[in-house]
Amino acid sequence: MWKDLLLEHRSKETLNALFFFALLLLFVFQFTLGPDRERLAGALPGLLWLGFILSGLLGLGRAFVVERENDCWEALLLAPGDKSAIYVGKLAGNLLLMFIVEAMLLVLFGVFFNLDLVPALPALVVVIGLGTVGFAAIGTLFAAMTTQVRARELLFPVLLLPVQVPVLLATVKATEAVLLGEPLGAVAHWLKLLAAADVVYVAVGVLTFDFVLEG
Amino acid sequence: MRVLGAVTVVALAAGLVAGLGLAPREVTQGNVQRIMYLHVPSVWVAYLAFAVVFVASIAYLAKRAEAADRLAHASAEVGVVFTGITIATGSIWGKPTWGTWWTWDARLTSVSILFVMYLGYLLLRGMIDDRERGARYAAVLGIVAAFNIPLVHFSVIWWRTLHQPPSLMKPGPAMPRVIITALLVNFVAFSLLYVYFVAKRVHLLRREAEAAA
Repeated sequence: MWKDLLLEHRSKETLNALFFFALLLLFVFQFTLGPDRERLAGALPGLLWLGFILSGLLGLGRAFVVERENDCWEALLLAPGDKSAIYVGKLAGNLLLMFIVEAMLLVLFGVFFNLDLVPALPALVVVIGLGTVGFAAIGTLFAAMTTQVRARELLFPVLLLPVQVPVLLATVKATEAVLLGEPLGAVAHWLKLLAAADVVYVAVGVLTFDFVLEG
Repeated sequence: MRVLGAVTVVALAAGLVAGLGLAPREVTQGNVQRIMYLHVPSVWVAYLAFAVVFVASIAYLAKRAEAADRLAHASAEVGVVFTGITIATGSIWGKPTWGTWWTWDARLTSVSILFVMYLGYLLLRGMIDDRERGARYAAVLGIVAAFNIPLVHFSVIWWRTLHQPPSLMKPGPAMPRVIITALLVNFVAFSLLYVYFVAKRVHLLRREAEAAA
């Protein structure tokens, strides 16, 4: 994991591209919705998560590309000890990457759409945190699976998106409520669902990663 | 296999007779309601098929028996087909009763998500040339998808619902016995059909593997 973070820190390759991508997304959203403030406010939670997901798909899809390009895949397979450690490491790296991108997107949204996100921020952090863990847990697993497959850029989102429906519904709904200024208690059922999903996804990821990294 | 096929045909015919002939006309919906005898058993088979995928996937990862992998593959294919039938018959039923082919109601949504999830599963299988690796990845996906079913279910229910509550387990004024019997006959018939399809498909897959080896 440290190797990935170090690499990312040195090259800033993915992060720079993702930042630029996030900026472009904002342009697209603005063009499609027009200047109507009301419409924007209604669509905001969905747009926010659309931004997170699209940049997440790009970022996570690259999670194992370094290994493949540098022919280190075999090294991953041969790594001694528990393979689930690799999974946890990759997951942590991906989480960090996604959190950084999400923070940038939030700031960009705040500035360009002239929103005051600060009062809702603590609750927003909880919702986004829970949602991102679920998204990254399955995303990391699937990224490892699709790295060695034909048409991987296509297959990765096609596999990931349907599986992520519960997380998406829960986060968008919870984000909507939080942005309207409701307390976290009002969306407790969504948060519980998210927490359950996170636990299940991470557990399944840890348990099955061994089989993904076999050959 | 022959016997199973023959029994299935007889059972399906019996189901048809029971659903179209014996069961009474529904008072408010009329004859349209008879599509239930197709619709409900199809969902049942779809869920049964995906449960089998789950168990077979675990069995494959634990034992590495190719038979388990073939069972999962066959069952997923049949499951997707029956999910498709469920959606199609549901649409045909929905048009005259709800006035629309499709609505983003909870149960419609969750079944269609299942549909795309397992379509993705089949897609993944098709994309991997290495058989052993394909089997392993598919098994992992089969397990993830199965764990996801309850999550999809609850999230979508909280999202919205308008579907009539499940009519079979409902306490209170029960459905007439004839209807329940007709439905049960169809359940049995569809389950037999499922077993037949899967057996046929597993057989084919084994032959394909033998031919490739």
